[in-house]
Amino acid sequence: MPLQSKDLLTIEQLSIDEINLILDTADSMKEISTRDIKKVPTLRGKTIINLFYEPSTRTRTSFEIAGKRLSADVVNISTSGSSVVKGETLKDTGRNLQAMNPDLVVIRHSVVGAPKILADSLSASIINAGDGAHEHPTQALLDVFTIREKKGYIKGLKIAIIGDIAHSRVARSNIHALNKLGAEVTIYGPFTMIPPFMERMGVKLARGMDEAIKDVDVIMMLRIQLERQSRFLFPSLREYSIFFGLNLDRLKIAKEDVLIMHPGPINRGVEISPEVADGPYALILEQVTNGVAVRMALLYLLIGK
Amino acid sequence: MLLIKNGRIIDPSRGIDDYSDILIDQSKIVEVGRGGEGRKDSEITRIIDARGKVVVPGLIDMHVHLREPGHEYKETIKTGCQAAASGGFTSIACMPNTNPVNDNQSVTEYILDRARREGCVNVFPVGAITKGLQGESLTEMGELKTAGVVAVSDDGKSVSNSELMRRGMEYAKNFNLLVICHCEDLDLVADGVMNEGFTSTRLGLKRIPNAAEEVIVARDVILAELTGCGVHIAHVSTEGAVRIIREAKSRGIKITAETAPHYFSLSEEALESFDTNLKVNPPLRSVRDVEAIKRGLKDGTLDVIATDHAPHSSLEKDVEFDYASSGMVGLETALPLALQLVKEKVLSLPELLLKFTANPAKILGISKGTLNPGADADITIIDISSKKRVNVNQFKSKSKNSPFHDWELEGEAVCTIVNGKVVKNVK
Repeated sequence: MPLQSKDLLTIEQLSIDEINLILDTADSMKEISTRDIKKVPTLRGKTIINLFYEPSTRTRTSFEIAGKRLSADVVNISTSGSSVVKGETLKDTGRNLQAMNPDLVVIRHSVVGAPKILADSLSASIINAGDGAHEHPTQALLDVFTIREKKGYIKGLKIAIIGDIAHSRVARSNIHALNKLGAEVTIYGPFTMIPPFMERMGVKLARGMDEAIKDVDVIMMLRIQLERQSRFLFPSLREYSIFFGLNLDRLKIAKEDVLIMHPGPINRGVEISPEVADGPYALILEQVTNGVAVRMALLYLLIGK
Repeated sequence: MLLIKNGRIIDPSRGIDDYSDILIDQSKIVEVGRGGEGRKDSEITRIIDARGKVVVPGLIDMHVHLREPGHEYKETIKTGCQAAASGGFTSIACMPNTNPVNDNQSVTEYILDRARREGCVNVFPVGAITKGLQGESLTEMGELKTAGVVAVSDDGKSVSNSELMRRGMEYAKNFNLLVICHCEDLDLVADGVMNEGFTSTRLGLKRIPNAAEEVIVARDVILAELTGCGVHIAHVSTEGAVRIIREAKSRGIKITAETAPHYFSLSEEALESFDTNLKVNPPLRSVRDVEAIKRGLKDGTLDVIATDHAPHSSLEKDVEFDYASSGMVGLETALPLALQLVKEKVLSLPELLLKFTANPAKILGISKGTLNPGADADITIIDISSKKRVNVNQFKSKSKNSPFHDWELEGEAVCTIVNGKVVKNVK
């Protein structure tokens, strides 16, 4: 197997070589999506299950398209609410799925570590599509893929991640990926959303928005999760957008060719102004395009042989 | 009569550490010394040779959840007592968070009745401070005491209303009842599931700061000073809590405290495995806190080691981490884990045993924890050098939720005697 593990649960588990292998494979996968007939027979006869315990449009669709372009059979299972609410434990759900012999299960779950429960009890490969605030490895892979595509390299780049670090699995996975590839990561956000010991994650904590974005090559804005914010974390969206949001005025201090990224879905006018989101250096839609290529690469590397 | 001979007798209640014999008649200790040999052989019906072993007052665990009534699928009074005996405990105090809650005399009487009929160790019930553990009104503490409770506690929850806690302490004083405090600010805990530290930052698990424990420890210390009530702080897990208690003791406030073996044997890093058996409340803390707990044990700030034995079945534990119940069983691993402190030279063997015997007895006001002639014949014989691999499937407890499964530990109780009756004996 080209990857060490049968599963992709975290970026933390990946070696630098493995990350580069995935990115290189994604490079060659990307072209398939531009063809007139966007399908290759690579995974014909393989079964992929998308098991989503949290709502998702982009990620689930991306995995589904990635699977289908490789000719795999893709089944979607969406559960509203938790397995506990449904009365079946995750382990039992996993056993039932295993009984149907899938080759790979993509899981998103609100509880940290849930993908590991599946990985430990199923012989199928597991891809973590987001577990609580822990990791979202495919998002980080598509992000570094996008940066590498634009800049040609990662090593030595300065990258700012701004927003709700504490609740962000995207931030954690990106920090691991960028550190491994040799980028310098700075974080900033309301201190109510910065967990302790972030320096030990290998990042710098900026003291203000200007300091955070001043000399960086890439700014990653994180989504403020309106659905889960308690009034204890920040006083209002208005104030958030003033002090922690990205707008054209604020961008004046940044490098002229700074790249702007966002994992989506964006809250226009909150963490990112429409002018910035739609501006020339925003890569938000390219991230989505690349998401399909990166996921095709992973599916191929995990179950393609 | 039963003669235990050739053992190293350690009785911290009297500062004894000597090679000697113990003679037991019926349920009482009648003689400690070499005199046993002078008796006529016919009087002695059984001899236990404790050569190479340590003979100590029966261990006391002042913090156990027996789950009966209400959650008999996790543990019963019978199986909990068997687990206690297996771990070397001859007396246990059981917390009131059963269903129904032990907040009135009929539940207390039920527990005591069960324990008398099915329990192989001494059971001392703890009653609730507030009715139904709801934190809204006081229980009938006078009647609870009459029925046989030795302390009151809302363990599992803090009494969050400070005035009610104050009144609870004042009222408990009328009946000379100890108040045992579970210290946890639920607002600060929010939906946290593990300690706030580098590990929670890395894993993204929702976090519980040390402050959640310490603000309530501080409050309860202040209320203890205000009311003059005897207050005992349960399951201390943080450096700050140790510091607050140490300072309170130095000012003469009537306060005692316990910690549990997992708080000096494990730290937060272990949660990387997502093993739900490591989910416990308060949570496993940082290495720094573990060191502070050891210092607190050493300097006497922490008077007692108690297990917080909390049985849960696979229904509560074989689920996603956030959904798992907190708690681990402890009765059958506490002694070997604690003996590790002797090996690490944190405590001498007599100092350690004090925290399992005379100290909890004194705090609870029960006439246990001594080998004084005339005392109840509750005796534990320990082999401090036997090596054993922990196997949860051999536990007497109904529940197997221990993170210590497969750990190689040193030392075990080889014989447990309760009121003169041998309830455990490893050949």
